[in-house]
Amino acid sequence: MGNSEKLHISLTELPKNFQEVHPALSDREAVEEANRCLYCYDAPCIQACPTGIDIPTFIKKIASGNIKGSAKTIMTANPVGASCARVCPTEELCEGACVLNHSTKPIMIGDLQRYATDWAIKNDQVLFQKGQSNGKSVAIVGGGPAGLSAARELSLLGYDVTIFEASPTAGGLNTYGIVSFRLPQKISYWEVDQVKSLDVKIRTNTAVGKDVSADELLNSFDHVVLAAGMGRVPDLGIDGEDLDGVYDAIEFVKDTKTKPLSNRLVGKNVVVIGAGNTAIDGATCSVRLGAGNVKILYRRTQEEMSAYDFEYEFAKQDGVEFRWLTQPIKIHGDENGRVKAIECIKMELGEPGADGRRRPVPVEGSNFILPVDAVIKAIGQTRHQSLIDLFRLEHIDGVVQISEDYRTSNPKVFACGDITFGKGKSEAMVVTAAQQGKKAAYAIHSHYMEETVTA
Amino acid sequence: MADLRTNLAGIESPNPFWLASAPPTNSGYQVQRAFEAGWGGAVWKTLGDPILNVSSRFAAVSFNGQRVAGFNNIELITDRPLEVNLQEIYETKKRFPNHTVVASLMVEPQQEKWHEIVKRVEEVGVDGLELNFGCPHGMAERGMGSASGQVPELVEKQTYWVKEAAQTPVIVKLTPNITDITATAEAAARGGADAISMINTINSLAGVDLDSWNTIPHVGGKGAHGGYCGPAVKPIALNMVGECARSPRINVPISGMGGVSNWQNAVEFMLMGASNVQVCTAAMHHGFRIVEDMIDGLNNYLDEKGIASVQDIIGKSVPKYSDWGNLDLNYKIVARINNDVCINCNKCHIACEDTSHQCIDMLKDDQGNSYLEVREEDCVGCNLCSIVCPVDGAIDMVEVESEHPPMTWNDRQAAIGSLQNPSADPIK
Ligand SMILES: Cc1cc2nc3c(=O)[nH]c(=O)nc-3n(C[C@H](O)[C@H](O)[C@H](O)COP(=O)(O)OP(=O)(O)OC[C@H]3O[C@@H](n4cnc5c(N)ncnc54)[C@H](O)[C@@H]3O)c2cc1C
Ligand SMILES: Cc1cc2nc3c(=O)[nH]c(=O)nc-3n(C[C@H](O)[C@H](O)[C@H](O)COP(=O)(O)O)c2cc1C
Ligand code: SF4
Ligand code: SF4
Ligand code: SF4
Repeated sequence: MGNSEKLHISLTELPKNFQEVHPALSDREAVEEANRCLYCYDAPCIQACPTGIDIPTFIKKIASGNIKGSAKTIMTANPVGASCARVCPTEELCEGACVLNHSTKPIMIGDLQRYATDWAIKNDQVLFQKGQSNGKSVAIVGGGPAGLSAARELSLLGYDVTIFEASPTAGGLNTYGIVSFRLPQKISYWEVDQVKSLDVKIRTNTAVGKDVSADELLNSFDHVVLAAGMGRVPDLGIDGEDLDGVYDAIEFVKDTKTKPLSNRLVGKNVVVIGAGNTAIDGATCSVRLGAGNVKILYRRTQEEMSAYDFEYEFAKQDGVEFRWLTQPIKIHGDENGRVKAIECIKMELGEPGADGRRRPVPVEGSNFILPVDAVIKAIGQTRHQSLIDLFRLEHIDGVVQISEDYRTSNPKVFACGDITFGKGKSEAMVVTAAQQGKKAAYAIHSHYMEETVTA
Repeated sequence: MADLRTNLAGIESPNPFWLASAPPTNSGYQVQRAFEAGWGGAVWKTLGDPILNVSSRFAAVSFNGQRVAGFNNIELITDRPLEVNLQEIYETKKRFPNHTVVASLMVEPQQEKWHEIVKRVEEVGVDGLELNFGCPHGMAERGMGSASGQVPELVEKQTYWVKEAAQTPVIVKLTPNITDITATAEAAARGGADAISMINTINSLAGVDLDSWNTIPHVGGKGAHGGYCGPAVKPIALNMVGECARSPRINVPISGMGGVSNWQNAVEFMLMGASNVQVCTAAMHHGFRIVEDMIDGLNNYLDEKGIASVQDIIGKSVPKYSDWGNLDLNYKIVARINNDVCINCNKCHIACEDTSHQCIDMLKDDQGNSYLEVREEDCVGCNLCSIVCPVDGAIDMVEVESEHPPMTWNDRQAAIGSLQNPSADPIK
């Protein structure tokens, strides 16, 4: 049975497949759920939210009919709270900590958060106002969750903030990287507009290091916040990678969010390499583009995969097949330079490596060939090493090193978000990037306050 | 940001949210915490000759799994020495000069007792006095609280005594355990009250245990009636506030309470004539922090409506509250079912069929799908179906044009009286 039959994927009207899958709560559902929340004191759900949203308060406000106040409570703590309502792994965060896990079932915090922020979006609410100017200026490199969050807090504190953003629109991966059927672009745009409404200047289509130099920023601003995230998907380092039909998962998803949807994958066989959330997104996008069969190939096992459980479940519901302990070694092309098959080798798990995970080793002679029409690479993200070098910052393998207060080796430069995210089993998250953005802003401000006191 | 400041008979407050005289205002520690959380004022737990309280004092009524739909207590007035309370009132007022502290008082019905306590509490700087003529249990058996609050002459006389001595505004707190609250409200006004507040708690017994056959709550196997409050009493309180507000004989401001749990309830009380609201049960259920949403929600409501000051809403619904005899007998609404929203639970049908006017038909369309339809000519517009309907928007109550001009019962009686032939019916 093909994916399309299972999922009611339309092969003729692809845009339908990219509409948000998870339905919004109705007014009644929201009120009933809000009234189920216990309004705990010193609530564990707050502790479990990386941005510390006052969850009982925002839920109480839904119950009392003060939806604007609810949205404001959310957005105060989390400048990308509308996106987070949709993309946070809530089972691992707030909802996982809800006390009702021990008695009935946890409150649907993410859905309620979406309900309140959707209301604010629908009603065109502007929730914040710029603080009294303090005459200091900050340049922010990158307008993703981390950069926007730092910009919002700095502007509230009275700083004159300019975001330099390489893409045509800010929002970072919220705008371009997370699939539309989980996070429609308009949500990210609204969050960008909220930041803009605080007089934050956003210079889009402006790549630092290309369109404007690092030194220029260092010379013309009091502080710089580096929030450029991570880069594209790295090469697999195998033959055939430049064939037509091999995609970078992030670019692949981005195309579905920015261009008319192509029907080139309809009925085709697709493999995705990797098993993080990006791989899942690449695979589920392929299903929605009408692919006949989608397989995820991963050189380790389900144990080691870094995608969240709910993402894994979501992909399985979509009919995505998983091939564990499978490593691609060569992509074969046809006479026109198009992908026609992928050659793999079976693996087995050996001794644990430096990261504690058991290292996969090839099983001699187990090569096999899968006929495929497209290969999507999703084995992580490269680092912005050259940008980091332009600012002459200390880093380890492209991960900017920061002190506890988000300062880099250059005291003028702070860094937050994915650009500081080290390797490990856990996945980078929008919500942590947002929290780090806030913290970087507070760090800048506390340095400023110290200076003004001692001066 | 709307102006939330209020003024009750000269007692100013940063916002309309006061804690009612009850356990939340038992001590300086608590009242100061409440002010930090944002409460505009507090009516101190009733002062008087300290009494003894029993253990096991409260019980609540759950409704379909929601806790504290109603709250029942057998607690009396303060059990702490007067000197201690006075000292703490003084300190609280000193720390929070802009917040309102009102002393609630209850003494035996003797002129000199009232004079003495008024003098003592005013010395420590309270902004006003509230006379507790409402506590329905314990104190009443000693001739105080609702025992004196149910007798208009006693209300008037004691208010008068207090006014003889008081420098600050006097609020008389009324008991709802009376047939017509305007009788005691008027008595308070005659006695010189600057304001009235209502309601105190309603005589109640929360429940009986099915196994032990003990009352709920019980004190070592024995129970006594208590006072009921919380969300369940709001409609009773709202009516009493409305009745007093619309009475031409009662011209003093009202402090409203009884079931106020959020900003929406507060708006209702104020529209019905209250100059501010007092809260007890909601704070006991959730803590002082609930006031943050009360303030925020009220402010957003006023901003959205373009109303500059909360005082502008006081009493705005009072002219709309009248006697049955003034309602238009020819005004007509009917139920209309939106079948695209309806989930076919048939609750409206059975409610109408069994207990109202048998006018919702269960039908089938050409495809055999069930749908419901109201026979509008038989519908009396009672609202029952829309009340039991579980889905928002499935039943609309819509106004239909009347064949007759507006005609109230009073108009009708007057018309009949003026006609020679008393059997003529002007409606037909
Ligand atoms: C496919 C995918 C799916 C994901 N799904 C989830 C999810 O479901 N839930 C979740 O919590 N997280 C998810 N993440 C992770 C999450 O998106 C990131 O952790 C988060 O976006 C990091 O925010 P950031 O601001 O640090 O970086 P980014 O969002 O990457 O933003 C960085 C910004 O900097 C700009 N930039 C880069 N270089 C320059 C330069 N030289 N000059 C100017 N601008 C520059 C970029 O254009 C970009 O706008 C996902 C990531 C991917 C790739
Ligand atoms: C436990 C308890 C004790 C109370 N004690 C007093 C009191 O000492 N004096 C008084 O005037 N009212 C007292 N009340 C009544 C409250 O002040 C208030 O009038 C009533 O509870 C209605 O408000 P609510 O529905 O917000 O609780 C008490 C109420 C409760 C629940
Ligand atoms: S832990 Fe659960 S029940 Fe308690 S406040 Fe948080 S969401 Fe509500
Ligand atoms: S609420 Fe406090 S005083 Fe009351 S029974 Fe519980 S522990 Fe005791
Ligand atoms: S009660 Fe409401 S939902 Fe149920 S059948 Fe009637 S109209 Fe439909």
